[in-house]
Amino acid sequence: MRFRIYRYDPESGARPRMQDYEIAFDPAGKKVLDALIAIKEQQDESLAFRRSCREGVCGSDGLNINGVNSLACVTALAGLKEPIEIRPLPRLAVIRDLVVDMGQFYRHYRAVKPYLINLDPEPESERLQSPAQRAELDGLYECILCGCCTTACPSFWWNPDKFLGPAALLQAYRFVADSRDQAADERLDYLEDPYRLFRCHGIMNCVEVCPKGLNPTAAIGKIKTLLVKRSL
Amino acid sequence: MIAKRTFDAVIVGGGGAGLRAALQMARADLKVAVLSKVFPTRSHTVSAQGGITAALGNVSEDDWHWHMYDTVKGSDYLGDQDAIEFMCRNAASAVYELEHMGLPFSRLANGKIYQRQFGGQSKHFGGEQAVRTCAAADRTGHALLHTLYQRNIAARTQFFEEFFALDLVRDAEGYVLGVVALEIESGEPMLFESRVTLLATGGGARIFRHSTNAHINSGDGLGMVLRAGLPLEDMEFWQFHPTGIPEVGSLITEGVRGEGGYLLNKDNEKFMVRYAPNAKDLASRDVVSRAIAQEILAGRGCGPHGDYVLLKIDHIGADKIKERLPGIRELSMQFAGVDPCEAPIPVTPTAHYMMGGIPTNLRGQVVAPERYGPEEAVPGLYAVGECACVSVHGANRLGGNSLLDLVVFGRAAGDHAIEYLRENPFPRALPGDSVAASLARLARWERPTGTERVPQLRAEMQRILQEHCGVYRRADLLEAGIAKLGGVEARLADAYVEDRSKVFNTARLEALELENLLPVARATLVSALARTESRGAHSREDYPARDDDRWLRHTLYTRAADQLDYKPVRLKPLTVETFQPQERTY
Ligand SMILES: Cc1cc2nc3c(=O)[nH]c(=O)nc-3n(C[C@H](O)[C@H](O)[C@H](O)COP(=O)(O)OP(=O)(O)OC[C@H]3O[C@@H](n4cnc5c(N)ncnc54)[C@H](O)[C@@H]3O)c2cc1C
Ligand code: SF4
Repeated sequence: MRFRIYRYDPESGARPRMQDYEIAFDPAGKKVLDALIAIKEQQDESLAFRRSCREGVCGSDGLNINGVNSLACVTALAGLKEPIEIRPLPRLAVIRDLVVDMGQFYRHYRAVKPYLINLDPEPESERLQSPAQRAELDGLYECILCGCCTTACPSFWWNPDKFLGPAALLQAYRFVADSRDQAADERLDYLEDPYRLFRCHGIMNCVEVCPKGLNPTAAIGKIKTLLVKRSL
Repeated sequence: MIAKRTFDAVIVGGGGAGLRAALQMARADLKVAVLSKVFPTRSHTVSAQGGITAALGNVSEDDWHWHMYDTVKGSDYLGDQDAIEFMCRNAASAVYELEHMGLPFSRLANGKIYQRQFGGQSKHFGGEQAVRTCAAADRTGHALLHTLYQRNIAARTQFFEEFFALDLVRDAEGYVLGVVALEIESGEPMLFESRVTLLATGGGARIFRHSTNAHINSGDGLGMVLRAGLPLEDMEFWQFHPTGIPEVGSLITEGVRGEGGYLLNKDNEKFMVRYAPNAKDLASRDVVSRAIAQEILAGRGCGPHGDYVLLKIDHIGADKIKERLPGIRELSMQFAGVDPCEAPIPVTPTAHYMMGGIPTNLRGQVVAPERYGPEEAVPGLYAVGECACVSVHGANRLGGNSLLDLVVFGRAAGDHAIEYLRENPFPRALPGDSVAASLARLARWERPTGTERVPQLRAEMQRILQEHCGVYRRADLLEAGIAKLGGVEARLADAYVEDRSKVFNTARLEALELENLLPVARATLVSALARTESRGAHSREDYPARDDDRWLRHTLYTRAADQLDYKPVRLKPLTVETFQPQERTY
């Protein structure tokens, strides 16, 4: 199988380049991560990438594979056009090879106060939540913070420091939508901003690439609806 | 000298255990640093699926005493009953606390936390099946880890993400004074000085070829402890989960059987009836794994090589599967090529969980036979979670009890560390050579040439453990395994890493991880060879019976000369009556 992989070594002083690899590898049942590991073990140990769970739940290996942001560990090799072109997630600073600096992405996440706020005294047992109320969180809480969506979003590319991006906004809505949370107003105040939220133009790249099948655009739409309702 | 940071407490590990302990200390206004070799939400806790066990009684009558009984029995009586009582007694409050923190548990119609059946659970001390495991669909670990991380953001815990801990710093009197770590991005070593060091580095099932564990589960904390001259407890006890996807290793949660799934052999027989007439598919994991291994050995396995069995769940209906087991459906389609709504999933026993680990007491303090007795606390050192052995899981862990272990003992260790810090307000002087050993380890991998490569050595080790120390063990097999492993260890001296760059050098990290995996593998083989009985997950073909007279005791393995010591099982609980060892049937 043939691969073209983005290489960048900050210590060499050289500019980033694409490097070709060819490796005998039976793609049946295998994922892109399996091939990356094989290349690293058999041909070039200097190739750097992140990986951990290898089953699509830890969110370490978001990469741009043949032009599409995806998780290497769940992207099947079969069916990918060769040479398979692998790049780091777009528009983030590259630390080395396929490893990007996720700092900005995490800062946006922290900025939405991604934790339940409820100032009532804690009951002795659980707070009640009906299955229907809990169902409001489905499609939101499953986010693995892989960054595929945010780095596929043109609005984020243009305003990476000011627009929160789909992942952080999805998490913002996860808490707005939680029947146990009491800070919806405060959260909406923070989001009501020409950049943080309103740079989203509904391009929907995020929905297309999310490896967990989540829909940040819909969540953003719901935040906007709540803001409109509130202003009436 | 290398760069130094000073904190009240340093926690190595940002999984469920580390984050729960960090939260406790951060809320007490202490200066806490959490080091993790991956961003915290990428820790392996994120993969946990089925749930966390606590006798809430939301679905049917329940009682923590029954949970305690099941856990003692599940442990094949090797679990320490004081620690088990402590865990089961505190289980409900620990789960409510997680709910209050925001964990999105699935819910019952009445709004309470959803609970499902798991293996080895009973009512009334061995009666009918209990319904005890609290779940957020089949993503409980993800929900738990993200919730704890979020609470730590709120508590303003300091995170050192992508820092790889190398070694403990210990002074001549045995006090642990911090750790030396490598900043992965810069490749620079850094000293973290602290009065409390808490290890929460997770499991090490990557010593086996087929494992449900993440790539990062290399037993680093165990390697650090062994290098510090401290022992590891009960390392012969590794849980083989009955239902991993063949070759890939991905786990199919016991929750599938809890929701009504069952196992079939190639003759379409529900074979568990023959091995566990009462509990059937929900017998303890060791029992089910042995049953599957027996079926495969007897030629009743499925597939071209007859090396797996089938797990059928489609009969509960696609709607239920999509609601309660969505992650399993995704995994199964991605990695086994099977939609469980339509066809059974191929499964086989797969290395999963380390019951043994760093010996601790029920406050999370690391204990070792030092000067005065077998269980003396090592001042300043704590361990929690899968890397620790309190021991609540004994010879076999029950499903859903690990996540519980993380939060119950994470909190307890945090609480005790707070007290310890109060009593020890002043930092002790760092020994002059505190970073020497770590720097020497790093320097060793700067060597430009050699004949051996890290991935090859690792693969050989994994094959040895898989073949010589699997579900069934035997003296000759184990001895041969130790000899072969010795060969691999000897070759480690000739291994080299060609890439000597500093920035994000993952080849170097893999070499450092191998230095932890190998001693964990050795501890496992040596401890397993010595234990001439079968108990829980440790099944000796040559010693098929449990032998309480000789072996109702914990193994302690120390690295120097492969020394083995033993200490008694704590049969006396905190307040209730002892559960006397009995024959274990399901
Ligand atoms: C697939 C799967 C499913 C499971 N399902 C369940 C379940 O349903 N219920 C249940 O109770 N249990 C379950 N378990 C078991 C349970 O998930 C684990 O035992 C538990 O999550 C371990 O948590 P931990 O906090 O101890 O370690 P981990 O979550 O593994 O975290 C270890 C941490 O240590 C850090 N670390 C390690 N080495 C270093 C180093 N050298 N330097 C710096 N940082 C380091 C890592 O970065 C990580 O942050 C499951 C296990 C697996 C594999
Ligand atoms: S929303 Fe989807 S793509 Fe975006 S970070 Fe979360 S899991 Fe990744």
